[in-house]
Amino acid sequence: MATALETLTGHKDRVWNVSWNPQGTILTSCGSDRSIRLWAKEGDTWINKNVLSEAHTRTVRCVAWSPCGRNMASASFDATVNIWDCKANEIECIATLEGHENEVKCVAWSASGSLLATCSRDKSVWVWEVGDDDEYECSSVLPSHTQDVKKVVFHPNADILASASYDNCIKLYKEDADDWSVFCTLNGHESTVWSLAFDASGHRLASCSDDNTVKIWQEYKPGNTEGIATPNNEPVWKCVCTLSGYHNRTIYDIDWCHLSGAIATSCGDDAIRIFKEHPNSEKNAPVFDLILTIPQAHSEDVNSVSWNPAVIGLLASSSDDGTVKLWDFSKIF
Amino acid sequence: MVGKERLENVNPQVFTKASQRVESSTDWDDEVYDPFDAREVFDLVRNIRDPEHPLTLEELNVVEECQCDVNDAENSVMLHFTPTIPHCSMASLIGLSIRLKLLQTLPTRFKVDVRISPGTHASEHAINKQLNDKERVAAALENPHLLEVINKCLNPRGQK
Repeated sequence: MATALETLTGHKDRVWNVSWNPQGTILTSCGSDRSIRLWAKEGDTWINKNVLSEAHTRTVRCVAWSPCGRNMASASFDATVNIWDCKANEIECIATLEGHENEVKCVAWSASGSLLATCSRDKSVWVWEVGDDDEYECSSVLPSHTQDVKKVVFHPNADILASASYDNCIKLYKEDADDWSVFCTLNGHESTVWSLAFDASGHRLASCSDDNTVKIWQEYKPGNTEGIATPNNEPVWKCVCTLSGYHNRTIYDIDWCHLSGAIATSCGDDAIRIFKEHPNSEKNAPVFDLILTIPQAHSEDVNSVSWNPAVIGLLASSSDDGTVKLWDFSKIF
Repeated sequence: MVGKERLENVNPQVFTKASQRVESSTDWDDEVYDPFDAREVFDLVRNIRDPEHPLTLEELNVVEECQCDVNDAENSVMLHFTPTIPHCSMASLIGLSIRLKLLQTLPTRFKVDVRISPGTHASEHAINKQLNDKERVAAALENPHLLEVINKCLNPRGQK
């Protein structure tokens, strides 16, 4: 169980991020060597199909696929976001989004594919509208955090955006008369919040932090049966569970599998951990069990984990050790 | 940061340097496992040059052997450094130099934490957070101007 299905080598430096296309057939990885690599399964093995070697002029921090699977967006320390056309065999950069003052740390597509969100060390979150003919127009600049913004994620089916920051908090945004605004701030982490993931329903959000904990936040809509107050008639998100004592160093990434409900974390202690909600757990005080730890998943910090959206239990991870690994956890569910 | 006209700490106290490490009879014996210890980590950082003075971090007592905690078996290094004055604007730069030096020289198995000695700097918490955020450190080290300044601290005699 503790051995990887596959170890993918090729990156010459730290691999910051891995992500799947919506069909789960292509894995992308990117990192400090400024390249983006695409991997696909041929026969029984995963092979390197493409290398975009000069994708950016500095570190490529994150890659995200559009829901239709035709486009890819990459965020870089060079302050830009590139949009790639992946329809043909030849992958082509079709747009460069400029505007952030410095390092762009994350990019995310909305569920409909009509919006793109980016965040940066310049403390802002930008929302872009995706037009026909590959046109991208910035519709909102949100200087909502007081420090670097590390991560942006969209809700799985509504136009709700979440961001995580070096300022220890999480912000939730929604569209309000053509502009985006914060409707909820989640306080509780004691250090940088590195990453976020919604569950399949979008009623829960998991966050991971430099404080070595994972928190589970739950939505309470106006008129909720629990009697949780909802000021201004806006939904309120509350922390319903904190997983502490499991991780020994910074938790860099978290991903909530929409097929199995399992949560995977990647940690600076080189380990990958899998959590799952206890079968008899209560909705308002859920219990999550650590069901598996892979202590030496990589030989250095694990930076990213990503569940395959089509194949249950298939997890990709990336590390400072320069490798990408694939894991099969289907047997533990 | 560079080319400042007035020094922040005009007359720093200079401390005596530690003597050379004493070689033991097994030092050159490849059969004997030689774990990393505090002295070894101290030796890596002691000759880093202060950004402001033609002195080493050791001579300014910014780094000390007793402030290097090394656990070879657990692959951990915790190094505390002491800025010469509590408002030293060079503290981040010194910390970054120490970090880069250890990044370049220690085996990758080590988890390295570089922190300011508790109570010795006004922005202790903010600087510690910055120095231990590897994304910020990585981005800083991609900045050619900053890297040039750091390299001057790491290679004081101009050797590359």
